[in-house]
Amino acid sequence: MISELIINAFLVTVMLAIGIALLRTRTLIFTVVLTSAYSLVAALMFITLDAVDVAFTEASVGAGISTILFLAAMAYLPKEEEENINSQILPALTCILLGGILIWCSYDLPEIGLLSSPVHQHIVPDYILGSREDIGIPNIVTSVLASYRGYDTFGETIVVFTAGVAVLVLLKNNTQTSKQKNKNSKRKVS
Amino acid sequence: MVSSTIGIWNYWIVFLLMMIGLFLVIGRKNFLKKIVGLTIFQTSVFLLYITFGKIKGGTPPILNNAIDTVYSNPLPHVLILTAIVVGVATTALGLSLVLRINSEYGSIEEDEISAQDLVDYHDQVETSKKIDTKFIQ
Repeated sequence: MISELIINAFLVTVMLAIGIALLRTRTLIFTVVLTSAYSLVAALMFITLDAVDVAFTEASVGAGISTILFLAAMAYLPKEEEENINSQILPALTCILLGGILIWCSYDLPEIGLLSSPVHQHIVPDYILGSREDIGIPNIVTSVLASYRGYDTFGETIVVFTAGVAVLVLLKNNTQTSKQKNKNSKRKVS
Repeated sequence: MVSSTIGIWNYWIVFLLMMIGLFLVIGRKNFLKKIVGLTIFQTSVFLLYITFGKIKGGTPPILNNAIDTVYSNPLPHVLILTAIVVGVATTALGLSLVLRINSEYGSIEEDEISAQDLVDYHDQVETSKKIDTKFIQ
C-alpha cells in the first residue's frame, strides 16, 4: 500500500515542477506544451488513484483537444509574453496567504485511502450495489453517469452546446469587424 | 509520522498547484497565460476530488465476481468526467474571446489594452468638447 502512496507523491511532485516551470517561462509555445505535459501526468495520477475513466478522458480531452485548441489559437496570437511593468507582490502575497490557509486546513482532512472517511459513507454503497442489481452495467461510473445522475450529463451537454454556439458567434463577428475596419480605414485614406 | 506526512502530501501539493494557477490568473497580464492558469487550477481541483475517492487496496470501480472486492469511490469520478468536458468548453470560449480581443486591439496584454482604452476615452472627450463649443458658437 505504501508503494502506491510513494508513486502518487512522486507524480504529484513532478506536476509541481511543471507548475514552477510554467511560472518561469515567457515563451507562449513552451507554456502550451508544458500544459499538455501537466495534463498527461495528471492522467497518470488518475490511473494510480483508480480513476481509469477519468484518466482516459483527461488524456484524450485535457491533453489532446485543449492542446490542439491552444495551438490553433497561437497561430493568430503574439508569440512572446511581455515583461511585467507592475509589481507582482500583491497577487503573490494573496496566493501565499490563501495557500497557507489551505495547507493549514489540510491537517483536518482525512488521510488518503481511509475507508472510514465521510466521502465513502453516504450514498456510494447504494450505487455500487444498485449498479449490479438494478442496472446491470459492470462499469459503475457509466451507470452513475448515465442513469443515477443522468440530469448532470444532460446539463453538461447543454453547457457544451452553448459554448460551441458562443465560439461560433464570436469568431464570425471577428471576420466581419476586420472587414469593416478595412472599409473604414480605406474611407479615411480616400 | 512519515506515513501521515505521505498521507496528506498529495493535498499539500494540490493546494500549491491551485495557488500557481491562481497566481497565473491574477498576477500575469497576458490573456493566454491567464487561460493556462485556469486550466492548471481546474486540473488540480480534479486531482483533489479523485484523491478523496481513493480507498487503500481498492480496485477501479468496475464490477467483478470476487466476493471481497473493495471498489474505489465512483461518485467523484463521475463528477470529474463532467467537469473535464465542461472545462474544455470554457477553454474554447476563453480562447475565442482572446482571438477577438487580439483582432480588435492588436495585443493580448492587459496593460496595453487598458492604455488603448484610455486613449480612446480621451479622444471621445475631446471630440464631445469640440461639438459642445460648436453648439455654443
